[in-house]
Amino acid sequence: MTTVQTFASLAEASAAQGAIMGGGTLLMRQVNEAPHTVPGLIRITDPGLSRVSASGDRIEIGAGVTMRQVMDHPDLAAFAPVARAIGGPALRNMATVGGNLFAPHPYGDFTVGLLAAGAQVVWADGRREELEDFLRGRVSAQGILATVSVVRTRPEQLRFRKVSRTRPKGVSVMSIAARLDGTGSSASSARIAFGAMGPTPLRARAAEVALQGVRLDTDGVGPACAACLEDLSPADDALASAWYRAQVAPIYLRRCLLGES
Amino acid sequence: MSVEFRKDLFADERRDDLNEIGKPHTRQDIEGHVTGRTAYYDDHLFDGLLHMRCVRSPHHHARVRSVDASAAEALPGVRRVVRPSDVPHNINTLLSLIGFGEDDEQLLSDPIVRYRGEPVLAIIAETEAIARAACAAVRVDWEVLPHVLDPEEAIAPGAPSVNPAYSDNSFTYEPYDHVKLRFGDVTAAFAQADHLIEAEYEMSPIEQAPIETCGAIAAPETADRFVCHTGTQALFFSLGTTAKLLDLPSSRLHFIGGTVGGGFGGKVDSITEPMAVLGAVLTGRPVKFQWDRPEEMQVGAPRGAERWRIKDGVMADGRIIAREFTGFFDAGAYTRLSSYAGHKGTGHLPGPYTIPNVASNVFCVFTNRTPATAMRGFGITGVDFAIECHMDRVAEATGLDPISLRILNSYRDGDMKAHRRVAKNCALVECCQVAADKAGWTLSAQDKAASSLAGSDAQRAAIPETALDEEGRVGARKEGRVASTAPAPGTKRLVAGTHGRTMEAVSVQRPDMEILAERIGHAIPGATSAPAAAAPVAASPVAPSPPARPAAATPTPPAAAQPTPPVPPSAPPSPPKPFDRGVRRPGVSQFLSGSRRR
Amino acid sequence: MPKKPMSFTLNDAETGVFVEEGQNLLEALRRGAGDLSPKFGCGQGTCGACTVLIDGAPHLSCLTLAEAAASRRVETTGGLAAGPELHPLQTAFMEGFAAQCGFCTGGMLMVAKALLAENPRPTREEVIEAISGNLCRCTGYGPIVDAILTAAARMQGRAA
Repeated sequence: MTTVQTFASLAEASAAQGAIMGGGTLLMRQVNEAPHTVPGLIRITDPGLSRVSASGDRIEIGAGVTMRQVMDHPDLAAFAPVARAIGGPALRNMATVGGNLFAPHPYGDFTVGLLAAGAQVVWADGRREELEDFLRGRVSAQGILATVSVVRTRPEQLRFRKVSRTRPKGVSVMSIAARLDGTGSSASSARIAFGAMGPTPLRARAAEVALQGVRLDTDGVGPACAACLEDLSPADDALASAWYRAQVAPIYLRRCLLGES
Repeated sequence: MSVEFRKDLFADERRDDLNEIGKPHTRQDIEGHVTGRTAYYDDHLFDGLLHMRCVRSPHHHARVRSVDASAAEALPGVRRVVRPSDVPHNINTLLSLIGFGEDDEQLLSDPIVRYRGEPVLAIIAETEAIARAACAAVRVDWEVLPHVLDPEEAIAPGAPSVNPAYSDNSFTYEPYDHVKLRFGDVTAAFAQADHLIEAEYEMSPIEQAPIETCGAIAAPETADRFVCHTGTQALFFSLGTTAKLLDLPSSRLHFIGGTVGGGFGGKVDSITEPMAVLGAVLTGRPVKFQWDRPEEMQVGAPRGAERWRIKDGVMADGRIIAREFTGFFDAGAYTRLSSYAGHKGTGHLPGPYTIPNVASNVFCVFTNRTPATAMRGFGITGVDFAIECHMDRVAEATGLDPISLRILNSYRDGDMKAHRRVAKNCALVECCQVAADKAGWTLSAQDKAASSLAGSDAQRAAIPETALDEEGRVGARKEGRVASTAPAPGTKRLVAGTHGRTMEAVSVQRPDMEILAERIGHAIPGATSAPAAAAPVAASPVAPSPPARPAAATPTPPAAAQPTPPVPPSAPPSPPKPFDRGVRRPGVSQFLSGSRRR
Repeated sequence: MPKKPMSFTLNDAETGVFVEEGQNLLEALRRGAGDLSPKFGCGQGTCGACTVLIDGAPHLSCLTLAEAAASRRVETTGGLAAGPELHPLQTAFMEGFAAQCGFCTGGMLMVAKALLAENPRPTREEVIEAISGNLCRCTGYGPIVDAILTAAARMQGRAA
């Protein structure tokens, strides 16, 4: 069935064939339920993968950094609410930033936060690409993803909301992240990302354009909320229908942008 | 949290000299739970344990043209492919153990599958991973058949036939294809009503979702027996079902259960036990058959879907004078316990309200969905939801306060229920008063003064003349000879005051169901009355306040005057089938070694 | 199937088991080490019944590759009591009726233990957050939260 190879460094692992294991929260489920579909597992114990380092205005997050590490790291305070929205404490001790980038619908809430923050992914061979480009080609991506690089983000710049049907935790009906720049009351520029509203986390570009320079109040964000579906393609699943998602997306975007409860 | 016992209403319901009931107590099993020592079925370790998994239908309705398991059999670690022909007596219905319903379901299906996830083959392998890979390697050639997923479509003429044991696609409640309840004349009452309020209510299936999934481990034991550890909620159901399906005397089965990791009704269906024992029989090794979480959700029998249409005739002052129900229990593809839901749901109508004219048609319908079964108050919860939503709708339509409407129509002690039984120990009025108080809801002085103990009168206690119809006989609906599923206008009259038969007067379906004094340990009131004679009890015309409680409330000592008679020596019945061998007493289920307990 | 030897510390005892390739830690603990206190509920990381502590932090053992726990310190509910002395969490669960069927209880106790080790005086909201990855189907969350708060108070020498 499944064979497991363990490597102590990224370099050693680079030639191996198989599925690379992050925290195991998605891959081990597949091994448990359909082992014949996972012929080879690759474990990489390189400590560099679990490191968070700051350089200039960017922060490099190792692909093996867990959600719990994100919550605890002072440089990543803006992302702590995003990480906290994922699973329970046990899952957050396991789930990794790198694994989340590959999480299929409806999972992958952390990636939504990274997408809004304008992250880049860095492969083990040094290639660097925009997260948005990576997500577009994710299905056929090859290689070892080593690091996620984000611009330093202050907590007040990143707004995040996860919508789920059970409290306090549940799988996403949708998640929304918005990075807003500008003065406190108006947005000079915005990046908005939605999760569980398409095959991968997606940016709502029309909404971003509509948000430029507006006052952050109900009237100001109205056009952006109305435009948010232009770039999204929600689907039916066990949690919600595409129709329902489309109906509530503008409302939740408003609540996310305005910090409404 | 404090519990208030209203002794004014329940004087005879609870004694004050009990030492345990009503007092905080540490559960006897909880130390095992907090130390991890409680042994659930999967906590019994066996050397050489094999793992069994099923190949399941991806279609709602299909015929198996052929099965190619050669690739699976060739996998290292596969010990046995189990086919439908390996099941000795491959047809059963759960309630056959009490003689209710037709055998309609196979353990492994051949050649037709009737719901998505229905098993057609099983693989037994050294590890769970190998069993999974082997199941994935089995090639089944499916001929997809037309399916039906809606109960009303399923009973319409021309619908695909779901369950061959019931050609109408509905459970047979002889001589009708539904359960009838008739009390008074709703048609006549609707004509007199100031308002007619109709609505439809639906409930989706609900999975019990226990944290411990359904499963069993069986192993060869000593003395030619098989031991089976199971998480079943119904150990003797599972034992009897296994004996029947595998054609084994129950004396060869040693079932160990009683520790259930959550059940809620979803662990009575006795699927995993015969599978595991069959595996042990075929391999001579310990075998575990355990659903994983996707199986628990997909093929684990849920609370079934329900649809209810309610039509009320209401007077301007809020009195509901007629209520009509058309109800559909979606059984899924096989009966399981849904047949019982039809009776249970009907027994609950028209809700806790005194309504002088009630009619209902309740159907238990087969569709190509996952078979439904028990779950916490099944047969009751869906229709309660419908009734109480409808009460709110009636309140809106009549402009009455919703709680006041309920108090007005609530059962009072002494009222006659639609089932021809006298209401007693009623307390809905008081529940409404307490709920209103807690919610800060203002009630009128009249509603505050209302009591379940007062308000009944001769009219409320009377059994009205009742209109009867004979629509919906078995076979008629599918042939298009019945216009509607709703109760039809009556064509015959049953005179006012006609009581139902007493329980003792109803002939038992089979000897096993006879209530025998020596089996229950006390005298049976009225047991000597002639079976055919309906023994109407004179209804007390007006309930006095406080009402006289029935004499039966006085605790009677065990019937010392009737010592249990010795079992007469008689020749043991000669068994027509091998699994009868464990039975020694007439009147006891042929599938069980001991007396049946409920 | 070839099996790999693996050693780790289980409830303070050096333990060795043989694991199959791709086997999860839950199976290694239950079938290999014979510690049956963690339970299989879903194999998907949804229910939390398999929760164990690895180096003090809660992990879902059904989603942990067994060999990833090699040389690490694993704790389960089976090792929560100190000999015959029950842990205050266990006592509080018993007294507060915080278990009905008991299948989720082991996981609840493990996340509660990790919570109190890190945060000895949690608020009610923090307790709810701590057990948010653990499902109970007998609807006992209220008593479970109460029991954890009671245990926390007792461990601090406070009145609950």
